[in-house]
Amino acid sequence: MKSGRIFSALFFGLACLYFLLPLVGTLEFSLRARRGEYSLDAYRNVLADPQFHQTIGYSFILSLATIVLGVLIVAPTAFWVRLKLPRLRPVVEFLTLMPLVIPPIVIVFGYIRLYNTSSWLPLLGSAAGSDFLLVCGYATLSLPYMYRAIDTGLRAIDVGTLTEAAQSLGAGWVTVLARVILPNILTAILSGAFLTFAIVIGEYVLAALLNRPAFGPYMVWMGGNKAYEPAALAVVAFGITWASMGLIQLFSRFSKHTQARR
Amino acid sequence: MSFITLQNIQKSFGATQVVRDFTLGIEKGEFVSLLGPSGCGKTTVLRMMAGFETQTSGTIVLDGQDMGGLPANRRRIGMVFQSYALFPNLTVAENVAFGLKIAGTPRAEAARRVDEMLGMVGLSGFGARYPFQLSGGQQQRVALARAIAPRPRVLLLDEPLSALDAKIRISLRSEIRAIQRELGITTLFVTHDQEEAMSMSDRVVVMSGGRAEQVGAPSEIYNRPATRFVAEFIGSLNLVPGTVRDAATGAIETPAGVIALGRTLPQANGSAVSLAIRPEGLHIGQDGNVVLNARVADSEFLGSIIRLRVMAGGNTPLVIARFNREGHTVPEPGQELTVSANASDIIVLDGVA
Ligand SMILES: Nc1ncnc2c1ncn2[C@@H]1O[C@H](COP(=O)(O)OP(=O)(O)O)[C@@H](O)[C@H]1O
Ligand SMILES: [Mg+2]
Repeated sequence: MKSGRIFSALFFGLACLYFLLPLVGTLEFSLRARRGEYSLDAYRNVLADPQFHQTIGYSFILSLATIVLGVLIVAPTAFWVRLKLPRLRPVVEFLTLMPLVIPPIVIVFGYIRLYNTSSWLPLLGSAAGSDFLLVCGYATLSLPYMYRAIDTGLRAIDVGTLTEAAQSLGAGWVTVLARVILPNILTAILSGAFLTFAIVIGEYVLAALLNRPAFGPYMVWMGGNKAYEPAALAVVAFGITWASMGLIQLFSRFSKHTQARR
Repeated sequence: MSFITLQNIQKSFGATQVVRDFTLGIEKGEFVSLLGPSGCGKTTVLRMMAGFETQTSGTIVLDGQDMGGLPANRRRIGMVFQSYALFPNLTVAENVAFGLKIAGTPRAEAARRVDEMLGMVGLSGFGARYPFQLSGGQQQRVALARAIAPRPRVLLLDEPLSALDAKIRISLRSEIRAIQRELGITTLFVTHDQEEAMSMSDRVVVMSGGRAEQVGAPSEIYNRPATRFVAEFIGSLNLVPGTVRDAATGAIETPAGVIALGRTLPQANGSAVSLAIRPEGLHIGQDGNVVLNARVADSEFLGSIIRLRVMAGGNTPLVIARFNREGHTVPEPGQELTVSANASDIIVLDGVA
């Protein structure tokens, strides 16, 4: 009993060290831009860089588009599989894992081959077309996380009965999804959204190879050209991710109807 | 033509047939219960009516309209589920207003209707609450209000009381029935609880193995069970094996002696039958036209009722129920007495018990 608790405390401590040490190292390094004393110079430089604002703004907007696309694809799919095709669930689950197995570089080469300027659909010939492909790629990369988040949300409610209750009151499929299912898995969708956001903000390969001005390539470029600023940038990126996590908590805390259940 | 007609409905899931040749007509304003043991296909019939399942063959006609191919959301059939199925993200008022909103009811009118419905189920003033803030009984009332708010043509209830405490269950029975009467809404009610079905319904459909065994008023089902299944499923029953000696006079040989029913039996001479009689159909004394000698085995005092177990004619066990009245003594085990019954209360069933 007692030794068990000591062991778990020990492992918890080790895990904390494992995750926190590199972070602390990065943070410490990012503060050493001025010789002999800690300063926020690196942060000042980063925040003053117009490219920082452009790239992070761009990535932010694309992440929003990715989230919308991801929810639009995943929520109806997961809903339908749960409701009508429960036997297909393992298959769908496996499919959603593919992006973890297939490297993004394969996806992007596929895009380039299919949609280059001399292809049947020259999406890559325009900035908007490339942005669209990038969003599609991001949505693919975030699929495993989005699917799991939403599927977990669906498991927590009685999808079948709620759907039938709504149908017997006259609701069609769109109404069922929009007014019954989505609002009740909002917390799950939000956690999927924030994971997607974190992925999009840090993604490098797709954006670099499609030659779009995203935050990931900017970070890498910084890493190759500056000393302390990349560390500061990494800390900022971490901060954004953690703020996302905090927001998940906040939202789930404030959704009224779930208060009793937690 | 009835208001609702289910005609020769068959339903199979894969190779298993769940509903067999089910035919039922329901009149407008009627309260009909489907009663039967778990797994006999009650829910499946209800879900086909609602449009959540499609029958393998057969037709469902509602108010002259064939339901075939009509999706659930266009049938205007309200449904109440065992698990309440309230929308957890909506308040009570929003839940009740859900169907009205979809039907495009103007806001003011919808609000009025919601108030009216909540008043009807005794939950005025609960509109702003969320489902999780209500008890099970209250949630089911909201579900009922939600189902009837858009004025459906039919109300379906699938074991709506099964998840509730005994006390609430009984009070909700009469409330549901009162509301149903007030609105005159045609209702199909599913339950496995015979007391529920018998006490609430205009007519009861006793189901077994996907078949409607008997359809009739509660008293008819109870007093004149048409099949062995119905006889054994509803209430408690004494079953005595016998052999038809003379079908014309209704003479049947039993271990307790030959019993003459004085009526013509459909069974052939020599066929094996069972005689069935309710515990309350047996009397102590000689005031019936079938009289047996018996010895008391034991007695149970149940307050308003006394239940006696006796051995008739030496080795035929019978249970007798009689009201407890002041001045009556409870017979002692071992006591000899005469048991009688009216021949008309004795039901003859095919086959041996
Ligand atoms: N979707 C389904 N797929 C396969 N079998 C089912 C399905 N729904 C019900 N059944 C089977 O049909 C039979 C009747 O079910 P049901 O109508 O729910 O019975 P009841 O409501 O009387 O308890 C049961 O044996 C059940 O297992
Ligand atoms: Mg059932």
